[in-house]
Amino acid sequence: MNFVYLATSALKIVALLAYLYALLWVLGRKQLWAKIVGVVAAFGVVQLAMTPIGGLRIFNDFDSGLLYQACTMSMVAMGLNLIYGFNGQFSLGQWGFYGVGAYAAADITYRWVDGDARGLLVAGIGVALGGLMILGVNRFVNRFKGMPVLSQFTLYLLGAILAGWVAVVIGNALNPLLAPLLEEGGPLAGYIPQQIVFFLAVVIAGVFTAELSFLFGLPVLTLGSDYFGIATLGFAIIVYTLMNNSDTILPFPEMKGGRGMIGIPQYTTWFWAFLFLLVVIVVMRNLIYSSTGRAIMAVREDETAAKAMGINVAQNKLLAFVIGSLFAGLGGAIYAHYIGFLSPGAFTFLLGFNPMIIVVFGGLGSMTGTLTASFGWIFFLEGLLRVILSQLGTDAPTWRFVLYPIALLLLMLLKPAGLLGNVEWGFFKKPVFVRVRGAGGVAPAPAGAAGEGGQP
Amino acid sequence: MNASSSAPAAVPVLEIRRLTKVFGGLRAVGDFNLEVQKGALDGLIGPNGAGKTTVFNMISGLYAPTEGAILLNGEPTVGLEPYEITNMGVGRTFQNIRLFQNLTVLDNVRIAYHPHAGYSLADGLTRNGRFSANEHELTERAQDFLAIFGLDRVQNELAKNLPYGEQRRVEIARALASNPKLLLLDEPAAGMNPNEISRLMEYIHFIRDRFSLTILLIEHQMRLVMNICERLTVMDFGQVIARGTPREIQDNPQVIEAYLGRGAIGRAGVIRKDI
Amino acid sequence: MPTVNRPGARLAWIGQAFLLGLALLVLVILGRALAANPILFLQQVLNGLQLGFVYALIALGYTMVYGIVKLINFAHGDVFMVGAFVSYFAVARFRLSEWPAAAFPGMPGWLVLLLGSLTVILLSMTICAILAVTIERVAYKPLRDAPRIAALITAIGVSFFLEYFGALGFVFSPRFIPYERMFNVTTWTVGAGGIHRLVSGQAVPDNAITISNIFVIILLASILMQTLLQFLVRRTKIGKAMRASSFDKPTARLMGINVDGVISFTFAVGAAFAGLAGVLFAIAYPSITSQMGILPGLKAFIAAVLGGIGSIPGALVGALIMGQAEALTAGYISTPMRDAVAFTILIVVFLVRPRGIFGEPEGEKA
Repeated sequence: MNFVYLATSALKIVALLAYLYALLWVLGRKQLWAKIVGVVAAFGVVQLAMTPIGGLRIFNDFDSGLLYQACTMSMVAMGLNLIYGFNGQFSLGQWGFYGVGAYAAADITYRWVDGDARGLLVAGIGVALGGLMILGVNRFVNRFKGMPVLSQFTLYLLGAILAGWVAVVIGNALNPLLAPLLEEGGPLAGYIPQQIVFFLAVVIAGVFTAELSFLFGLPVLTLGSDYFGIATLGFAIIVYTLMNNSDTILPFPEMKGGRGMIGIPQYTTWFWAFLFLLVVIVVMRNLIYSSTGRAIMAVREDETAAKAMGINVAQNKLLAFVIGSLFAGLGGAIYAHYIGFLSPGAFTFLLGFNPMIIVVFGGLGSMTGTLTASFGWIFFLEGLLRVILSQLGTDAPTWRFVLYPIALLLLMLLKPAGLLGNVEWGFFKKPVFVRVRGAGGVAPAPAGAAGEGGQP
Repeated sequence: MNASSSAPAAVPVLEIRRLTKVFGGLRAVGDFNLEVQKGALDGLIGPNGAGKTTVFNMISGLYAPTEGAILLNGEPTVGLEPYEITNMGVGRTFQNIRLFQNLTVLDNVRIAYHPHAGYSLADGLTRNGRFSANEHELTERAQDFLAIFGLDRVQNELAKNLPYGEQRRVEIARALASNPKLLLLDEPAAGMNPNEISRLMEYIHFIRDRFSLTILLIEHQMRLVMNICERLTVMDFGQVIARGTPREIQDNPQVIEAYLGRGAIGRAGVIRKDI
Repeated sequence: MPTVNRPGARLAWIGQAFLLGLALLVLVILGRALAANPILFLQQVLNGLQLGFVYALIALGYTMVYGIVKLINFAHGDVFMVGAFVSYFAVARFRLSEWPAAAFPGMPGWLVLLLGSLTVILLSMTICAILAVTIERVAYKPLRDAPRIAALITAIGVSFFLEYFGALGFVFSPRFIPYERMFNVTTWTVGAGGIHRLVSGQAVPDNAITISNIFVIILLASILMQTLLQFLVRRTKIGKAMRASSFDKPTARLMGINVDGVISFTFAVGAAFAGLAGVLFAIAYPSITSQMGILPGLKAFIAAVLGGIGSIPGALVGALIMGQAEALTAGYISTPMRDAVAFTILIVVFLVRPRGIFGEPEGEKA
């Protein structure tokens, strides 16, 4: 029986990798229609596998749960790869941003189904005002060139507090208007509004996380290397502690502190998970293969040389950090609505090493690697290994954590560059550039001089 | 006092006044003055540790001077961020080549276009028409640049995989792609054989004429310096000890002393004591 | 001199005002606490001091190892945990602390206690040192030339391994284990009425603070070790080799220093200190588990960074700050918030002094 399970699990993992490869391949097609057809097909195949047909399902609840976890882990790890793999900033805070996104989104929908629109109103208005505030303060800071980072940070912080306060006031004022519509049978209590609110909640949670990371990253990114890593680890621990005390120190009784937040509506479906994963994949790839992406990588390679090339290093670090955190926030929001229960224990900094390890496993600066490693990790570790070990006895979950550092050590000793190195597949491959002008034909340089100099 | 009082045509591309840099207790550069006129090809020479690279680092904004002023075309730059100075038209290379090692040669050059890429982050994320047009344009320009330097065939190689001489050329091409008016070359001939140096000299002449540049270079290879530089400034222990044409410098007793004479012997003595 | 017009430079006061406000806020909170109940405040400070001196011992290992191999040795906190467990097994299972009485039946009680306790402590320190050197040889040394992240991830892996291997049923078990002290706790009350020994069951008078023999032992042991280490690093040949290796490894190697040996030695010394800290920590807070090393390890690490990593006096100062922050937060803000406060302090210190209190400012490079 064990062997049958083992074989089917291995088969599933292989099928999954083939699926990912196919998805990336089809996304990499030139024609738009091919992409669309491919994406719809990729969505449909899994959707079909999850739908019971005549009492038979290829993906049971356990499998689809793993799938959702893999999607969220991909988003988090993808963001971390942008921050660490592509921009070279060693961040241990990604898990904290993941948690922020999860709790923020969960709070919005939790309150909504509870007949309370304040979550959506306050968070939505706050995020919008926060964005406006950042733009406004940014213009001010740009006018006063040479302002010390600490002063900039103070201004942004004051702005954020102001924006938050205004949002709370407006949200509380508007809530009574919406409350009657939210009651049982009200026009906003149905399925469609709920789905819309869920979508908004995920987006708002992502943007909120991004804004928070902006505020945090602005001063901390000036530290560089290990010191930045320690400060971000600190962020993760601060977030964890605040989660543990969300009902006493923070004014969120519904989060229930260390006891965990129960009863989050489980809105995550394959459609939403797939959609947001797709968005993350596309944004990531388009970013990396743009001028900004090259600037981000230049900062990783050599900050001094990047400066000498006219690149605003601080700005590019912040950009990578904010986008990376945005991905984490989106992932967290999706995760919260899959699992339906948030406990601070899921966001301890120890678990926060997982995305870091995934990124290194997959290869730093390899998007394909991160994606495959995330899926492989979840299905192998959470799926296969957990089931096999659970048959060993009470120490099983512990054994999992004994074996996995050993595997990690072996990997680091044998292949420190990660399993995939910097190989990319399909869509993630660097776009091939085709010249319109002939090769050197219309070159502005006198070919003679180049020839004399170039060829001895 | 201010450069703007003189006629605009006479404003030098680079003017340095009383520049001083102190590291801890060490006076790396003291009271350094320099003027480089438009279109010039000048050299900054001196023994190791004389403070030449420190001057370059202050011009490009990597070090903040302890005292003094640096004017680019009459505009003060002290206090600006390095990237702002670069965007004012200063390109540079480094003594120990600082390429983006794990990026391709083409990307190394394309990075220099980033400040004027012509499209925004949003354009890049949505891959709209403006992105495609500008990305295409800048890629072709980068390839043309590489072609000038005979590097178009290695454009998709990682920079770290190139031989030393080609890495030097990539670095110069990259600096030129940032569209500088003033190009600072820090020991461009370091580690080159005589054959390569001859070729480098042709290059330097060629790029100055082709891109109507002003060039200031640091070099130890006397053959290169004496052959191509129009004016030389000699530094020792952070001070200017001589200025003039290469011919004048060759016969300057102070310079000979700095390189070979008492100073050199004295320093050798210090080194021996340390060991 | 013509300089660029940088209007923002004149706005530095905004940031300074912010920091000043933050400092004032802390002062006000502490001042009010002090005014409300000076005795209680003093007691909290003493609690913080006790914690701080334990952290200082752990922090030394972090700071030395980081100074020499630039590695955040995440497993250090778990070595500390092993130290506590070794002494637990020695005392509770093997009765090692009583061996002098068994060997020399006529020995006076205090001498038995002293010899026995010292044996247990030395055993813990030795085993920790051996463990750390093994870890260094097996896991870190092969990666010395690999990218730094590889060594860091390995350190995290070793840390996980120790924690979860320890949590296995046949090793230390996943539960909290009550720790058996080698000696009895004696508490004195110090107040206006002089120093009195507190008899168990007796209430502590309101106007007196309490000091236990554990506090005294921790204080003395920590200061003794700090002094020893300072002597070792400043005055001995191996100390000179350690400083040379941390400054410039290739050159140190050329000068004939056995750099690998020096690194192993550094790990061993740091781990021995962590082992001692583990024993003291377990004596002071007598409940041990295989995960007990995570948070003290992390806080000691913050302490090392706060003081300026690589600096031995910095580790002590940082650790004392951490101890106070933790005790005062627990006393006056909220117990669960102490970890958050510890890191907030770290981040704020970073903003003002990016390399810690005693840290050398980063050299400019180009």
